Amino acid sequence: MLLDVKNLNVYYGAIHALQGISFHIEEGEIVSLIGANGAGKSTTLRTISGILRPRSGSVHFKGEDITTTPAEQIVRRGISHVPEGRKIFAPLTVRENLEMGAYTRDDPDEIQKSMDRVFVSFPRLKERLNQLGGTLSGGEQQMLATGRGMMSKPSLILLDEPSMGLSPILVEEIFNIIKEINSQGTSILLVEQNALMALSISNRAYVLETGRIVLEGNADDIKNNPQVKSAYLGI
Amino acid sequence: MQNTLVEQNSPPVDLKPRMSLAWVGKAFLIALSLLIVYLLGTNLAKNPSLFANIILSGLQMGFVYAMIALGYTMVYGIVKLINFAHGDVFMVGAFVSYYLVYRFNFQNWPALFFPDMPPMVVVVIGTISVIIIAMIVCVLLATTIERVAYKPLRNAPRIAALITAIGVSFFLEFFGALNFVFSPRFIPYTRPFEVVAWYIDGSGIHSIVAGTQPPANAITFSNIFLIIMIVSILVQIFLQFLVKQTKMGIAMRAVSYDKPTARLMGINVDQVISFTFAIGAAFAGLGGVLYAIAYSSINTQMGILPGLKAFVAAVLGGIGSIPGAFVGALIMGQAEALTMGFISTPMRDAVAFAILIIVLLVRPTGIFGEPENEKA
Repeated sequence: MLLDVKNLNVYYGAIHALQGISFHIEEGEIVSLIGANGAGKSTTLRTISGILRPRSGSVHFKGEDITTTPAEQIVRRGISHVPEGRKIFAPLTVRENLEMGAYTRDDPDEIQKSMDRVFVSFPRLKERLNQLGGTLSGGEQQMLATGRGMMSKPSLILLDEPSMGLSPILVEEIFNIIKEINSQGTSILLVEQNALMALSISNRAYVLETGRIVLEGNADDIKNNPQVKSAYLGI
Repeated sequence: MQNTLVEQNSPPVDLKPRMSLAWVGKAFLIALSLLIVYLLGTNLAKNPSLFANIILSGLQMGFVYAMIALGYTMVYGIVKLINFAHGDVFMVGAFVSYYLVYRFNFQNWPALFFPDMPPMVVVVIGTISVIIIAMIVCVLLATTIERVAYKPLRNAPRIAALITAIGVSFFLEFFGALNFVFSPRFIPYTRPFEVVAWYIDGSGIHSIVAGTQPPANAITFSNIFLIIMIVSILVQIFLQFLVKQTKMGIAMRAVSYDKPTARLMGINVDQVISFTFAIGAAFAGLGGVLYAIAYSSINTQMGILPGLKAFVAAVLGGIGSIPGAFVGALIMGQAEALTMGFISTPMRDAVAFAILIIVLLVRPTGIFGEPENEKA
């Protein structure tokens, strides 16, 4: 088991945002968390990557307890978080953004290799290399955020709403690249409001509702579940 | 808080009176600039060499302010804190060098180990060692201050950290003024090397013999002026390189822009912040030593005015901008020197802070500043 989340409880002040969430990810999987706004999807990712601290429960990664490990250490263990809203460093160039993605690594040759790999997935970034991150279009920023997330050579990428605000063609493109990253051995935890799209590339999925997991299973089963169909897929 | 409530409940604001006020302000600024141009123009025509000497003394002050202003602007850029204790770190730098030179004659250490070394080389190496030790002490002091006083307040409202900074500043000044620390007296500074001056007239560069006056119409300058200028420019170039080209510098900019995302990259935010304080303190210490050598008198309150003026310089240049701090400092140096030369010496501080008020009224973001974007 690559990631094992057990009985996670997270509070924002008095608000009980995650109410005892448990799930796991196997090596090589794409797992989706789907659910409405405010269900706790982003909170889950932020807790795994160490930005938020749970009040109780545990997160194990590759068998090690990382529940209280600081965020900057968790990246070094091999989890990369591509946050919601892309969070590009606007005053930094595309190259500098990618270099920050590789902050935990030291060998310049290896870093260059990773950067070249990002350029294979996102050739557009190579054209924009010396442009400031803030001047990129929304789609390009998503590419940069995803590329930056690949730069730490993670074994697990947490992707938060990669389709947000993008045109359908771009969404398709991004999801194809996510599949490709996964096929090269990186496991992926995908958070999406675009449930249909997410389920179409996932192995398994969990459905979140107000801080609880209400449904879990194979992506296909979830896609065909009548409740999910009416609530999230708009079918 | 109450103000906003009142505003929300009051009827829509009539813009017309404000428009006319803005017009008055602009007219005042135009009149002021015309007056300044007139004053400078007539004085330049009257006595060009005096004018040049005043510009040079303004440059010397400006280059010292630049070394202090960098620390203000970098720390503000990264933690949005005006570190008012920064001027006192500058003072500590001067005092450390004073004790090293006056008590321990430390600038002569190379001569003890290498008796054959030429005196010139001894002085250069000795002085550089004095400066480096002063810088190290300042770095240790500033990182300690950061850890003890500012770090626990990182998530507190900004005003809490600001008040703490003022408290730290007073603590350093008055703790330093205790008799068993630095004492409250003005202490004549023992220079690690002789200050030599030259003058330029129509026939070239001549050194000034001690005790004699250079001829009228000559432009004078000293070795310490040249040192301050070169060091300050080198510091500026070094910082540009650091911030633009090194991994640490890029991380500093990333942390300045977005701390949580910087952590997701694996950047240790606390470490980057400490590093920023350390860099600022090192250059404040360097500035303190050079200032003491140039003006040869030190006191525990000596950091207050240069510190505040460097702060004004940072605001004038656009706080958070490193080239801005440099340009702002040079402008401050000129404003002060020209005021001393052509209006009156006591006016210098009034003019410095008048500049602060005018900048905050007319262009609060400063020369190089961008409008602050408050992120969620």
